[in-house]
Amino acid sequence: MIATLAFYVFAAVLLGSAALVVSARNPVHSVLFLILAFFNAAGLFLLAGAEFLAMILVIVYVGAVAVLFLFVVMMLDIDFTRLREGVQRYAPVGATVGVILLVELASVLGGWQLLPQSASLRGAVAPSTGSNTAALGDLLYTHNVLLFQISGLVLLVAMIGAIVLTLRERKTSRHQNIARQVSQRVEDTLVLVKVGLGAAVTEAEFLRPLPEPAVAPAEPHGGGHGHGGTHAAEVR
Amino acid sequence: MLPVSLGHYLAVSAVLLVLGVFGIFLNRKNVIVILMSIELILLAVNLNLVAFSATLGDLAGQIFAMFVLTVAAAEAAIGLAIVVVYFRNRGSIEVEDVTLMKG
Repeated sequence: MIATLAFYVFAAVLLGSAALVVSARNPVHSVLFLILAFFNAAGLFLLAGAEFLAMILVIVYVGAVAVLFLFVVMMLDIDFTRLREGVQRYAPVGATVGVILLVELASVLGGWQLLPQSASLRGAVAPSTGSNTAALGDLLYTHNVLLFQISGLVLLVAMIGAIVLTLRERKTSRHQNIARQVSQRVEDTLVLVKVGLGAAVTEAEFLRPLPEPAVAPAEPHGGGHGHGGTHAAEVR
Repeated sequence: MLPVSLGHYLAVSAVLLVLGVFGIFLNRKNVIVILMSIELILLAVNLNLVAFSATLGDLAGQIFAMFVLTVAAAEAAIGLAIVVVYFRNRGSIEVEDVTLMKG
């Protein structure tokens, strides 16, 4: 009884938030309603006895995908009011397609009957004892291990693809150029000027004496140009 | 076993799928909402798989739902990366401009 009530609550909130996802004016609100929809779908999964999938749904979708959506929505500075302009234009087409699809699905559901002999075709019977997670793991790591590894490969390709797509070389970024650093020599950056005794002294004022004539090490980074003459003396 | 009949689950997932398809048509100018609609459609598929899995006592449906979840996550990441690159190049995310990419 309580489970039936929970089903109706979860289903109602799920469908309501899904309707708000597609109709919200602000995409940030859409993402938040998407999170709500995923939470309620996780509730439905729990009612169906798929505890592991429910937790995975919360962790993967609410924790990763929805936050990713939120990041992108907030990162792109878009005039969202302009994006909603075409709603009146597209609503009739969309509503027609939606109604047709819904009627078709309803007719399928109405005429659908379980084949009596299909129950004998089951390949992965749920165990009567043990948790759902243990049973899933048993099935996944013994019979579907190849699929499991392929899905890992899909995730790897998606990760590399996303990085390659969004990576860009900016002109203003400062990279370390090792070859230029190593090929830098002392003569390129430092000029030693010999000043005779008393040559810098004038009547009114005098120049500051030379600093220690130690050979300054080459600049550790490649950008150290323009220091050549300033070591000798600073003329006021 | 399911607390309610399988038909209830199937009806919920059918309405969810229709809402997702409707969202694709409604938000033709906003790629991000289209991606969210695709997520809704995949969620409806997962709901179907889990409901059948619970009814028939066959765990293969849940295994399948897990793989659908994996692929959906990868698809969201790639799609959002494409949106970011597209916005960087064109300054907007309207889908109608994408036809400019035709050779």
